[in-house]
Amino acid sequence: MAVAEVPPDPAAPPKVTAATIFLKFLVIGSVSFGGGIVAYLRTMLVDQTKWYTEDEFLTALELSQTLPGTNSVNMSVIVGDKFAGWPGAAAGFLGLCLPGAILAYVLAVGSESGRHNPIAHAALDGVTACAVGILTAITLKTGKKQFMSFPDVLLLGVTFVMMSFLKFKLFFIIAVMGAIAIYVHRPRSKTA
Amino acid sequence: MNDFKLYAMVAAFFGTLSIQAVGGGPAVLPEMQRGIVDQFHLSADQFVQAYGLGQLVPGPNMLLVVVLGYRVAGTIGAIVAMLAFFVPMSIIVVLVGRVAKMIPDSPWKQAIRDGLAPVTIGLMASGAYSMGTSAITSVAAAAIAVVVLGVMLATKVNPIWLVLAAAAAGAFVLPH
Repeated sequence: MAVAEVPPDPAAPPKVTAATIFLKFLVIGSVSFGGGIVAYLRTMLVDQTKWYTEDEFLTALELSQTLPGTNSVNMSVIVGDKFAGWPGAAAGFLGLCLPGAILAYVLAVGSESGRHNPIAHAALDGVTACAVGILTAITLKTGKKQFMSFPDVLLLGVTFVMMSFLKFKLFFIIAVMGAIAIYVHRPRSKTA
Repeated sequence: MNDFKLYAMVAAFFGTLSIQAVGGGPAVLPEMQRGIVDQFHLSADQFVQAYGLGQLVPGPNMLLVVVLGYRVAGTIGAIVAMLAFFVPMSIIVVLVGRVAKMIPDSPWKQAIRDGLAPVTIGLMASGAYSMGTSAITSVAAAAIAVVVLGVMLATKVNPIWLVLAAAAAGAFVLPH
């Protein structure tokens, strides 16, 4: 892989084509069973291809976490756009998503035809119960820091009540709670 | 309803959710469950199951939209749902990403991330709550969910093994 040897230099980014981007992301999209894509991305972008320095990678990751959307998909289009513009962004996105999307489609078709079989139906009920445990665990793990901070517990608690009990629209909750929460976390000078 | 109208509904539904995914995809799960049940008349159970199946595939953790699109509107529905959910936010990210390079570093960037984090967690908790209340209907199902939760918190096991184990457990212990 000749492109991998080009040293990173922000002034002159290495020449990377949309096809290369597609293939690199296709690998990650094929092997990243069970999440943790950011770790795969870091290995590919910083260690393997050296398309990004550690700092550039963190800057891109922060941007992908600030903007709406799934972090891994955001990263794929940021990386693709950096090297090959819109075609690169499309290539990164398709490479990352296609393998999983095809498998998800196969599972959708299979589960649809299997649900009249009693044993398959019970197995799918097992998957359903498991889903609840997984999302609960991901919520607790992702929110480790927030659950330990009093203002954050208040903010997430009000958000929860607005969504689950008051049944507000998501748009409204994001606008109101987002504004309040960003105000609560506003930058303050150290001396204040 | 004709097919075209259904596809347009699917596109509008997932496209609207796309741009609201603050702090990652899971934030929109409770709104997605609500809409899938109210507008598209799938059961809440089918929604939760789609999330479970989505955990079995590699790639982004929101590929449940492919399963949901298929359940609602067949093969074309699956394609429409996937593009509608991922493309709008991707376009925003590319455009904002290009502009962001020109903006000098500001402490407000950190404030936005720190502020949105608890809102995201609150929404995810709401998603877990609505999934739990609609999908856990037996003691055996509750036991599977609790065991999965405990194992995930205590170990770094790949969730895909838990989904497969839960499917096997379901085949044995849940009512047929």
